[in-house]
Amino acid sequence: MKFVDFVTREAIRTSIEVTAKEQVIRTMITALLESGRISEEQYESVVEAILKREELGSTGIGRGVAVPHTKHPSVEELVGSVSISEEGVDFDSLDGEKVHLLFLLISPPDRPGDHLRALENISRQLRDESFCSFLKQSKTPDDVWLLLEEADNNQFVS
Amino acid sequence: MSLPVVQRTVKISNPQGLHARPAELFARLALQFDSKIDVIREDLRVDAKSILNVLTLGAGPGTELVLEASGDDAEEALEAIAQLVRNDFANDETLSRESPG
Repeated sequence: MKFVDFVTREAIRTSIEVTAKEQVIRTMITALLESGRISEEQYESVVEAILKREELGSTGIGRGVAVPHTKHPSVEELVGSVSISEEGVDFDSLDGEKVHLLFLLISPPDRPGDHLRALENISRQLRDESFCSFLKQSKTPDDVWLLLEEADNNQFVS
Repeated sequence: MSLPVVQRTVKISNPQGLHARPAELFARLALQFDSKIDVIREDLRVDAKSILNVLTLGAGPGTELVLEASGDDAEEALEAIAQLVRNDFANDETLSRESPG
């Protein structure tokens, strides 16, 4: 699965100013709301579901990357947003590093396979250090989108 | 004196595969051992102690993975990890059908 298959371009946010975990998650879901991927009525329910999942164990997967996620019946296909934090967010990651790259995923309850393939794609691409550092340095959503497209075209695969 | 290297094959059988929560449990358990531990899927070999690396395997239900450990506690490490996989990561009450990990 490619980034462009699940990342909502209009929901990409760079230089986010909030640094508390819950505020960052809210910012990312608000971005999906503003780009029409989820509805106003579903907003709180999605936020709650994502925060509940975080309580079970952090989705900070290392190398400054986090993948907050949930299943939610309000979506019919995998919906994702990307945010970049320059300052870093304390996410209780296993490796103790602050998180700079966030990929938030909402998947339909009956499609665990898509979710797994999205995680596989994100983690494989982010193993590449230059991709990681270019993403962290991105100043605009357009920069991020360009990098995601390049990654999709295997330009970072070593 | 070279360190012993042990291998073991495990099969992922939980219905959602090795997604984020199982990958975390997997890496967290591997971290408890001093041995170097790799997990191998076909031609992809990664460090078992990193969630990010474990997720790159994209191991869905039915996938066979080879665990390889080298070090003084290699046997013990593989036994513990194999058990975690065999139990479908069941010591984790969070793997309800409601929430993908």
